[in-house]
Amino acid sequence: MTDLSQPSVQPVAQPAAQPVAQPAAGPGAQPGQSAASVPPPLWLLAELTYRCPLHCAFCYNPLDYTDHHRELSTAQWLDVLRDARALGAVQLGFSGGEPLVRDDLEVLVEEANRLGFYTNLITSGVGLTEQRLGALKAAGLDHIQLSFQDSTQELNDFLSSTRTFELKQRVAAALKRHGFPMVMNCVLHRYNLPHVDKIIEMALALGAEYLELANTQYYGWARENQAQLMPTREQLEEAEAVVARYRRTHGERCKIFFVVPDYFETRPKRCMNGWGAVFLGVAPDGAALPCHAARGLPGLALPNVKDTPLREIWYESDAFNRFRGLSWLKEPCRSCEEKEHDLGGCRCQAYLLTGDAANADPVCDKSPFHEQVVKVVQRAASAAGAEAIAAREQPILFRHDANSRRLAAAAREPGGDHGAQP
Amino acid sequence: MNDSTRAESATEASTQSGSEAALPLTIAKPFRLQWEAAQNAHVLLYPEGMVKLNQSAGEILKRCDGTRDLDTLIAELEQAFNATGIGTEVRAFIADAHRRGWLE
Repeated sequence: MTDLSQPSVQPVAQPAAQPVAQPAAGPGAQPGQSAASVPPPLWLLAELTYRCPLHCAFCYNPLDYTDHHRELSTAQWLDVLRDARALGAVQLGFSGGEPLVRDDLEVLVEEANRLGFYTNLITSGVGLTEQRLGALKAAGLDHIQLSFQDSTQELNDFLSSTRTFELKQRVAAALKRHGFPMVMNCVLHRYNLPHVDKIIEMALALGAEYLELANTQYYGWARENQAQLMPTREQLEEAEAVVARYRRTHGERCKIFFVVPDYFETRPKRCMNGWGAVFLGVAPDGAALPCHAARGLPGLALPNVKDTPLREIWYESDAFNRFRGLSWLKEPCRSCEEKEHDLGGCRCQAYLLTGDAANADPVCDKSPFHEQVVKVVQRAASAAGAEAIAAREQPILFRHDANSRRLAAAAREPGGDHGAQP
Repeated sequence: MNDSTRAESATEASTQSGSEAALPLTIAKPFRLQWEAAQNAHVLLYPEGMVKLNQSAGEILKRCDGTRDLDTLIAELEQAFNATGIGTEVRAFIADAHRRGWLE
């Protein structure tokens, strides 16, 4: 798996028209900060495995994923699905790693469908044979999100460190034949932003109903490769103009999402739609995640579904309550009039750039650490001219087991630095 | 981690006209309508997203199951809720639902 799966729920998007007589007001309108006011999880991301045939340089999986390789069994996953559905989760993504390396995927999809989940397979396409497509359709899978790295074979294969481009093209055609709606996903960065028109053309040619153009978010492996991947402001502005043009001309055929490159913004994103508000991730080893990248936050003891009931994890665990709501906010967020809009931004970004996960997301220009973000962007701009030199000095670090073990070992040593090789 | 909240953009051009009013109303693929007890609401599910419906919208859309045309739907709602004169509002909602791509 390579892409950032972007759970995006619109929990309260209400149609404007309200024609029919309304009975008494809705339930669950308890005020205040009581536990009763914590909403249920709506989005379950089941990261079935960290195993993956691709080695993408921008993968959001943790650097030390090889330390967490003991995967939940089929029976344990079935329990997770039932418990999450009982809590109220309704959107379900099967992700990884590459979820197709689990041969029980069809069993899990079938049970998820029976439980009433809207199911999504988030895949690189590797292993998605005609036979498995048929079995997944029969099991009730609702849609498929297929990742590409670029519109060109050369760059797709380089960025994933594999030869998969033609395979992905074949898989895209096959999954359309089987009647699956397709979300095409492409992570954007300095190397492929200039191809965004070609990427959109490819999505249209392959019949994708949705195209997710996700600017790289700098966590996990992407953070390690930030110097290479960070685009320039000019690249982004050009790409955004292209996206806007295609939305006007082809918006009905294919809905194009453009995940904002937040290092170039002055206000942070409303990360995860709120911590512990919508999203519940479960990692391959059973660790419960308030966000995809939560594993990288120090001092956050992640509860595990193997020893703690999911209900307790969601409502009572320290990990899910740590940044829930607004009461944990520090200045400048605490007194900020925009706090309810962005909820302080991204915790992982705050940690990575300021050293404290409870700080304001430094993307915000009200943060005293905003200069850190500006510097990263400036470095990218100055490096653009000397790209070839920089690339030689610091080769891209591909996501594979040997690099993961090396990084995990280095992190265990006090003060140890990375020793990974590309 | 990133999570962009996607605004519902109803960009689909309105192609519905009065001449289609007699066709049975059906939820369009890939949307799926279902009741969610945890939210005490009907929701419309689609790839990467969900729309929580208010009660009125839920009552209308749950009847869009391919067995009723618009006039029948309105008559049924008026009977179910002991109301009259809701036709204009229901038609406006159905037109909006078409624009959003929720209905075939």
